[in-house]
Amino acid sequence: MKANDVILQTATKVVFFIIFLFSIHIFFAGHFAPGGGFVGGLLTTAAIVLLLLAFDLKTVQQALPFNFMIVVAIGLLLAIGMGAGSFVFNVPFLTHAFGDFYLPLFGETSLHTAMIFDAGVYLVVVGSTITMIQSIGGES
Amino acid sequence: MEFVWFIFLPIVAAIIVPFLFRAIKNVHTGWFVLLVPVVLFIYYARFVKGILNGEVHISELPWIPSLDISFTAYMDGLSILFSLLITGIGALVVLYSIFYLDRRREKLNNFYVYLLMFMTAMLGIVQSDNTISLYLFWELTSISSFLLIGYWFTKDRSRFGALKSMMITVFGGLMMLGGFVLLSIMGDSYSIRELIANSSSIVGHDYFTLAIVLILLGAFTKSAQFPFYIWLPDAMEAPTPVSAYLHSATMVKAGLYLVARFTPVFATSEVWIWLVTGIGLLTLFWGSFFAVKQTDLKAILAFSTVSQLGLIMSLLGASAVAYHVTGEQAAIFKVAAFAAIFHLINHAMFKGSLFMVAGIVDHETGTRDIRKLGGLMSIMPISFTVAFIGSMSMAGLPPFGGFLSKELFLTSMLSLREFNLFNFDTWGIVFPVVAWIASVFTFTYSFYFVFKTFNGKCQEHALPKKPHEAPLGMLLSPIILAIAVVAIFFIPNMVGKAFVNPAVVAMQAGLYAHPDDIGIQVSAWHGWTPELMMTIGIIAVGALLFITMKRWQKLYDIQPQYFSLNALYDSLMVFGETGMNRLSRFYMTGLIRSYLIYMFFFIVTITTGALFIQDAFSVDMDSFSPVNAYGIMTAIILIIAVCMVLFAKTRLAAIIALGGVGYSVALFFVIYKAPDLALTQLVIETVSVALFLLAFRYLPSLKNHGETRKIRLGNLLISAAVGVTVTLVALSAHSQKLIPSISQYYKDTVFTEAAGGNIVNVILVDYRGFDTLFEIAVLAIAGIGVYSMIKLRLSRKEKSDESE
Repeated sequence: MKANDVILQTATKVVFFIIFLFSIHIFFAGHFAPGGGFVGGLLTTAAIVLLLLAFDLKTVQQALPFNFMIVVAIGLLLAIGMGAGSFVFNVPFLTHAFGDFYLPLFGETSLHTAMIFDAGVYLVVVGSTITMIQSIGGES
Repeated sequence: MEFVWFIFLPIVAAIIVPFLFRAIKNVHTGWFVLLVPVVLFIYYARFVKGILNGEVHISELPWIPSLDISFTAYMDGLSILFSLLITGIGALVVLYSIFYLDRRREKLNNFYVYLLMFMTAMLGIVQSDNTISLYLFWELTSISSFLLIGYWFTKDRSRFGALKSMMITVFGGLMMLGGFVLLSIMGDSYSIRELIANSSSIVGHDYFTLAIVLILLGAFTKSAQFPFYIWLPDAMEAPTPVSAYLHSATMVKAGLYLVARFTPVFATSEVWIWLVTGIGLLTLFWGSFFAVKQTDLKAILAFSTVSQLGLIMSLLGASAVAYHVTGEQAAIFKVAAFAAIFHLINHAMFKGSLFMVAGIVDHETGTRDIRKLGGLMSIMPISFTVAFIGSMSMAGLPPFGGFLSKELFLTSMLSLREFNLFNFDTWGIVFPVVAWIASVFTFTYSFYFVFKTFNGKCQEHALPKKPHEAPLGMLLSPIILAIAVVAIFFIPNMVGKAFVNPAVVAMQAGLYAHPDDIGIQVSAWHGWTPELMMTIGIIAVGALLFITMKRWQKLYDIQPQYFSLNALYDSLMVFGETGMNRLSRFYMTGLIRSYLIYMFFFIVTITTGALFIQDAFSVDMDSFSPVNAYGIMTAIILIIAVCMVLFAKTRLAAIIALGGVGYSVALFFVIYKAPDLALTQLVIETVSVALFLLAFRYLPSLKNHGETRKIRLGNLLISAAVGVTVTLVALSAHSQKLIPSISQYYKDTVFTEAAGGNIVNVILVDYRGFDTLFEIAVLAIAGIGVYSMIKLRLSRKEKSDESE
């Protein structure tokens, strides 16, 4: 049965990017305002779930041709690698560093190594939730 | 460079081995591996001179400094002796293995990786000053020996032997860890040096005897003492280089090392002296007696190793006596320590060579069954010579090294009669008698091993292969060891001065100031002493037993198979498997509902029980936040949603109602100003409802699962109890203000320490980064779990479709 959901599909095409951008915003804002890697990742997942609901699994897989298991692996490696990086400076595991930098376009920006760790969290969350949803949804 | 790093050289080299094996096909991988022990041997040899002058070296590598755990390498007489044995014999074994293992047919990459892993583990044991790192390396030897014994893993016997050795040695290792923990409580340190220094404060502590028993369990299991020796004969399924290395020269000596190392700590204890000496002597007798029963060459050697280890163990026990006597009498007892170390060196030499010869015989004739062998003397003259030298040293005959250490052994056992503490004055006579009987059997099995194999008539038709002498490369290692066996006889005092004395000083800390103080002179001719008389008796009776062997060997058949330690082990294993299976089948019903009931039941009983016992319930109504209209409204919605879940007729309705519960909780977060939590909760609720909807497509429609009224009532009780418990815990947690809340600390430091504005996020990524790291690891594992479960089920379905 093919449902006629033109409205949902058209709306999704726009809304997906809005949610995705918002999730990116929330991820970056996380250190100072509500948000962070976990919520950001979940929001991205939500956006992809919306895509999955509006279109079918195959279309989404063609649109987002990632192997989400590898996304999980990259996320874990980022998080662990960031923690292990502290060994180079002979400080305990997972010690973070931060500083203010002047960047073109952005101006004065505060940069943290914690963000790399958070990016790992983000990727693991997106990767594993989508893996679960795809494997459960893709069964039939 | 710090020498602690050299412990890890073999295991680092092990990383390269598989690549070498793949890349360079024409050269045997062993040639590259050989470099490692040779380099280490030369490196460690440089320490000998300094240690001879009483120096000790310490090299520290912090590991977990906050718990006072480190890789501290400690180089004194005992460590250097063992390190040299490990690397020296290791080099010879690798050389031997190059000719023993075929590079085309064997998985050499596995073999050498395990062997190098083992080398690191052994070096770690003998050089560790920290008990925890010692334990770590100790278990690493168990694991690597498991892998090595099971190297030919397609054979059932190999797998059985590997498992058996691991079960027993790991059991002992765990006990030993317990002993170490008790020691660290008593001595307030993990450092062995500090424990030795504090030993006077440890004595008499409540845990003292328990710690002794636990640590000795570790030592006895590793050194194959009675009744734990049963793993050693089964470990003979390993390739012969492994047997020569692990099961005669190194790993089994780890237990002896441990006893020697801890002698200064425990020497004052009666339990220690009786246990170590007694079990050692029992093992000596038991092993030597049953060695004559065996028909497999390697089994004979295995039992002989058991007995020789027992001999050294009993000497180590006797050496502790030296702490109890003073003056002239002390000189008599100090011989035991010297004899123990001296025999340890001798044993490594002759047993290594004998194992290698057994391997050669196996390799060249295709069998190790002594009943089929015989008459190889003329066909394999070099192997015979080596075997002869090794066996005669083992039997304790001149002019071989074993003679000297056996005489010293008899001297020590005789001297135990003189000791008049701990009932030794009445029971002391047992020691020389048992030692003498065991030595007679030692003599017999030594002759049995060499003459049944090489003497007599050759039964060529019974042998799977046509026998011929082994290639020179294979003979090289046993020849070197055999030369050492002879050399030790002629230069015993040089060996004593260079290796034994420093080791004795390390082993009997506090008794000597300098290695030169020991002053024990070994001489081949020591006059018409009682020891010499005993030796003459041993030769006479031993030879008689060897000649009449056929007649009395029937004695062994008296003991029924089912009444042996092996049978006990087997039935224990079987009981473990079936019993545990039955136990788990009893509660694993396959229904998630049952599991949840168990979990909730235990949560409720344990939490409320603990809270009641501690009298921790307290509800302080004053400090509650005021409830506003929004809160009440949300609460009402929440309750309605929960009731809807309970009474839903379809799954869809239940899921939507559950979503309603989640969203109202999120609203609570908003009302009580936790935007971060609210945000996360909202998104999670959305995603999980979507997930639910996906999964629910595949579930059968909601129906009654035969729940009787009774079950429903039980469920109601448990859920109500859980609800009440959680509420009570929350209320008490809120009311108890024994310690100041940590939130103020976060508030104060979140900007200065982590330069962040959002406490929740900073806690997640910074303050409690470890938590988050493991949480995402769990999430990833869950994802992989779901993926693999569903894919596995799918592929199975496809397979069954195909077969239809």
